Amino acid sequence: MSQTDIQSDIQASILRQQKTENRRKLILNGVLLVLLLLAPFVLYPVFLMKILCFALFAVAFNLLFGFTGLLSFGHAAFLATGGYTTGYLLSNFSGLTTEMGIIAGTLVATLLGLGFALLSIRRQGIYFAMVTLALAQLVFFFFVQAPFTGGEDGMHGVPRGELFGLINLEDNLNMYYFVLAVFLGCYLLVQRIVSSPYGHVLKAIKQNESRAVSLGYKVDRYKILAFVISAALAGLAGSMKSVVFQLASLNDAHWHMSGEVILMTLIGGMGTLLGPVLGATLVVNIEYQLGQGPLRDWVDPILGGIFVLTVLAFRSGIVGEVQKFVRKNMG
Amino acid sequence: MSMIFGVPIAVLYGQLLIGIINGAFYALLSLGLAVIFGLLKIINFAHGAMYMLGAMATVILFDTLGVNYWVALFLAPVLVGIVGVLVEYFLLRRIAGQDHIYSLLLTFGVALIMQGILTNIYGVSGLRYSMPDVFKGGVNLGFMFLPFYRAWVIVAALLVCFGTWFMIEKTKLGAYLRAGTEDSQLMQGFGINVPLLVSLTYGFGVMLAAFAGVLAAPIYSVTPVMGSHILIVVFAVVVIGGLGSIGGAIITGILMGVVEGLTKTFYPPASSAVIFLVMVVVLMIRPSGLFGKEA
Repeated sequence: MSQTDIQSDIQASILRQQKTENRRKLILNGVLLVLLLLAPFVLYPVFLMKILCFALFAVAFNLLFGFTGLLSFGHAAFLATGGYTTGYLLSNFSGLTTEMGIIAGTLVATLLGLGFALLSIRRQGIYFAMVTLALAQLVFFFFVQAPFTGGEDGMHGVPRGELFGLINLEDNLNMYYFVLAVFLGCYLLVQRIVSSPYGHVLKAIKQNESRAVSLGYKVDRYKILAFVISAALAGLAGSMKSVVFQLASLNDAHWHMSGEVILMTLIGGMGTLLGPVLGATLVVNIEYQLGQGPLRDWVDPILGGIFVLTVLAFRSGIVGEVQKFVRKNMG
Repeated sequence: MSMIFGVPIAVLYGQLLIGIINGAFYALLSLGLAVIFGLLKIINFAHGAMYMLGAMATVILFDTLGVNYWVALFLAPVLVGIVGVLVEYFLLRRIAGQDHIYSLLLTFGVALIMQGILTNIYGVSGLRYSMPDVFKGGVNLGFMFLPFYRAWVIVAALLVCFGTWFMIEKTKLGAYLRAGTEDSQLMQGFGINVPLLVSLTYGFGVMLAAFAGVLAAPIYSVTPVMGSHILIVVFAVVVIGGLGSIGGAIITGILMGVVEGLTKTFYPPASSAVIFLVMVVVLMIRPSGLFGKEA
């Protein structure tokens, strides 16, 4: 065979591989979609919505951590800001429809994200983590003292209202499909982002920032945009959560929550699309199951233990390990 | 009574004193963080938990074995230091070659475990530790009343800070440490047992935190969650000062305590946020920190 033959052969086989992989992904996604559509008939919808909200939160976080390589230890601030803003608006302005409240909450979280990004981007690596943690603590203090949040008690009785003024969200099924639609929209958006040229630059920054700089990319701008998108989606997750539970509380703003979303992303598989979703599902379930049983008081140390084990033993997370396995064994 | 900007001068001095004491704690804790960061290049998220362990150990040792304050002042840091060495040897070492972010997450997990277990055993309401008799009372300085124990905290913290600075900057062991900070591989090539040095450094760093914990036991409420809040404040202090220099960590710590104390005097609502606000300002005008070299 001549060299060109070999080359075209290799290209063809790569194409074939991509095709099978794409088909595999398509089938997997299709099955998941059907499961998600049917789930509320089998499982308690509010619990499912909780999972979806946290899954969106983790997907948002993963865009920054998994794809850009920036470890934010302050994402709770965006979740809480989205939640409180939406909760406050919907409780106090009865003329607002639900989606307007959610959009407003997301916008405020986005602006906060821009502020965080502009400050924290000035430091790198572990300093970045400390700066975001400290800024989030500042936001926490604000919510503790602000008159409208209800302090330690939280903000109760947020009305779910009607979507577009038409669809009654008090009904759990309606609410579920709305949350699902928003979640899927965001998931597809993130999928689109990471496979776009922009997403590839983010990955390049993660792999080797100085190389990206020397290739002429204005790295800081890319990082800031990734941070802002991530904050916006986290805020959206918080907004929806406050509508679903009709409650916004200080728990969402606590650094503990920032740690939890890291755990979700890490355990599911950072830098993968499905990983954070799986991780959120797992962590929410673990917390719920443990909360019911005799180990009720041991949730925190157990989560800490899972954290340590994940970091020590399987850093690529569940989805990452499965991907490795598939690549190795199924060509 | 004389006043400054509508505040009685005695109140101002009182708050300044509390500020200096808080600052002494910030200094001890950020010093430990800086020592660990120097050689291991990681931020120890378990630092607050180690501080808490030091304070808890003091109370528990007294309640169960009747160990007095002076013995605890040495025993508690040593015990916590051993815990630290074990954490380094069995956990951190395994991922030493990986991205430093993983070590940070690992120490975060360790902190969750420690804090969670102790919360289950002792609750969050806090243990009581009575002050040693020697320190009861105080002295009237004319312009303010100075409790003996508070004076002791400042003296002890400054002594330990100075001792640590001296050891690192002026002794042979300190020279090894500084060399390891520059290039640990090269140092290993010279026949120095770097893994041992790393273990001991981590142990020493958390000992400083535990020492701060013992000092804190008689004046702050001792609870399993006492470490998490102060840790975040200390992180802000570290961002302000930069981890580059030992002296810088000490000075920034005390300075921030004073700033906090002054804010509590003149505008109390902002006192818990002021250090974070200073951090924001520093990030805007001098991103590498007051004493920082690196970005």
